[in-house]
Amino acid sequence: MKKKLAVLLAGAMVMASLVGCGGSEAPAEPAAAPAATEEPAAEEPAAEEPAAEEPAAEEPAAEEPAAEASGELIKVGIINNDPNESGYRTANVNDLKAAFTEENGYEASFAYSLKNDEQVAAAQKFIQDGVDYLLLSAADVSGWDSVLQDAQAAGIDVILFDRTIDADESLYVASIVSDMDKEGETAVNWLKDQGLSEYNIIHLQGVMGSAAQVGRSGALDAAVASEGWNLVTQQTAEWNAEKAQQIVQSVIDSGEKFNVIYAENDDMAKGAVAALDKANISHGVGKDVIIMGFDCNKWALEELLAGNWNYDGQCNPFQSSYIDEIIKTLESGGTIAEKTVIMDEKGFDATTITQEDVDNYGI
Amino acid sequence: MGKGETVKANNTSFLMKVVRNQCFIPLAALLLLVVINLVADPGFFKITLGYNAAGNPVLSGFLITILDSGSELAILAIGMTLVTAASGGQDISVGAAVAIAGSVLLRVLCGDNSRPETLQAPIIVAFLVSCLVAMLFGAFNGVLVAYFKIQPMIATLILFTAGRSIAAWINNNELPVISDPSFKYYGEFIPGIPIPTPVFIAAACVIIIGIVLKVTNLRIYTQAVGINQSSSRLNGLNPALIKVLAFVILGLCVAVVGLIKVSRISSINYSVIAKDIEMDAILAVALGGNALSGGKFNMTASIIGAYVIQFLTTTLYKFQVQSDALPAYKAIVVIILVVVSAPTVREYFSNFTKKLKLSKEVA
Repeated sequence: MKKKLAVLLAGAMVMASLVGCGGSEAPAEPAAAPAATEEPAAEEPAAEEPAAEEPAAEEPAAEEPAAEASGELIKVGIINNDPNESGYRTANVNDLKAAFTEENGYEASFAYSLKNDEQVAAAQKFIQDGVDYLLLSAADVSGWDSVLQDAQAAGIDVILFDRTIDADESLYVASIVSDMDKEGETAVNWLKDQGLSEYNIIHLQGVMGSAAQVGRSGALDAAVASEGWNLVTQQTAEWNAEKAQQIVQSVIDSGEKFNVIYAENDDMAKGAVAALDKANISHGVGKDVIIMGFDCNKWALEELLAGNWNYDGQCNPFQSSYIDEIIKTLESGGTIAEKTVIMDEKGFDATTITQEDVDNYGI
Repeated sequence: MGKGETVKANNTSFLMKVVRNQCFIPLAALLLLVVINLVADPGFFKITLGYNAAGNPVLSGFLITILDSGSELAILAIGMTLVTAASGGQDISVGAAVAIAGSVLLRVLCGDNSRPETLQAPIIVAFLVSCLVAMLFGAFNGVLVAYFKIQPMIATLILFTAGRSIAAWINNNELPVISDPSFKYYGEFIPGIPIPTPVFIAAACVIIIGIVLKVTNLRIYTQAVGINQSSSRLNGLNPALIKVLAFVILGLCVAVVGLIKVSRISSINYSVIAKDIEMDAILAVALGGNALSGGKFNMTASIIGAYVIQFLTTTLYKFQVQSDALPAYKAIVVIILVVVSAPTVREYFSNFTKKLKLSKEVA
């Protein structure tokens, strides 16, 4: 009995400490914030864009009798995933932080969690605080109906970014997302345009079932079927550089020929390149093997600039300018034409990329 | 006639000795994998001497890849065996701890700049700092287990959950990249030596732990604590101290693995570095036929177990098992191996053969 009690107590202590950890993430944020100021280059484009749009958006606002935008700050509650999740998320969080500042006319509160229930709790708190807008990148697609209805009842507009949810369209005013299928298609079309005499592809997949993996794999699979390309191997390296290295190593060890590496993120492309370097197989512009990656990490774009890689597809984390535009439109009494906004996403070619691209689009 | 029978009895007892040796199961599994590969494609065992992109000689081939990639797991298996034996539980935080150790290493090397042209500190200093940090985290786990009597898996759950966030926080959430080529020596090759460096590091760790177990009383103390804590205390040992020591040694192993991992790609990705490695390390201990409830242990068997797991992984990559089916194959193999090597099953079989012998003798 005593033992059981001890185990229970221990469990409770751990739970308490876990909750403590969850809570402590927020105060840990300021510690990470200086990072944002250290590398302003990455955020510049995002910070500039809304600024450029402001005059255009404010003009109609001036026509309105009750020009709210002039004095009062717009209160936004932003619910996002853990900034530590990935480089993409870090760039996303920094972009939002840089855009929704008091200088730009916003009073922003942030909440971060990878858990849906914690995000829902944060949403409820924001609703009670009486924010004007609720910006949401949901951890899970389901479970949002009731809290979004509460928001609607309180007259709060909900804008989804980065991720969609399974809820009625009437519950949110707009959704700004990446089209992963299109990212894959852009990359595959680029590969088609290379006009290689034969395509022997090593396909390194992300975590199976994730949206990015499904979209990026789907486009390649379709092209393989229609163009008669040869997949030397198709394996999941789970976004992991070391696993990618091992998979490519095993293809090299078995002596099979290949001339394209299609990696679904930059890390895996990096791992693949490490294996190629070890076996002295040349890669990059005008070399034996074409290297393709995704996400546009800064270091990856630098590899492109140096001609070591050939292609990098963007997964745009800079949603703040789109959100800003929508809020400005709504504030000025306008209506949103398209509920689902798909962001522009580029694909960079090593032969045309410039240092400016690296500074502007590297995350 | 009588003579023949004694020879036969000797034979069976020799066979029994071999079968009952703890290294039998992992070695048999290794042999099975070797045979399967030999039948499928003898080219699996070919080792060739080539040159890498930097013009240095390197050996390549599947066997080299297995020895190379299995190094980290073998090193972790050492620490995990000690922790298992002393505390009767497992440390599930090693993956997160590797992320922390790697992050500390890079932080010291990079200073405030995440893309340094030159290293800010000697690698050995950075490594020693990361050793210290990893051992501190090990001690933290150890104290929770030994003094607060929390079950090891629950105690290490704390670091398992928080570790990767801590690792990201240490580097201000940035992804440092080291460009100095000498940093790559630890994860790849030292110029002029064609065998991957991790193989030497793993060998050194194995030799060191071999000597320590031979020369000191670590083995007997650890086993005594694992078998019966109270009686070991009555014999003048300090069980809590021994347990903490086991966790600290695991921390040291973690730091070494962290060095290899970050050196392999000259960078770090907090969310995927050494992902799920704790499960493989625990599996290596189980494969070695060590009771997961603590007590007696066989270090050699654990280390062989680690290489068996890597052998299996590489074999599956070689056969290009479909990505989504990969875990299923691994699971089936693991279930068979673990069930066969479970002490109860082994006992049952030895009883069974004894009975057979008895019935024969009676007949």
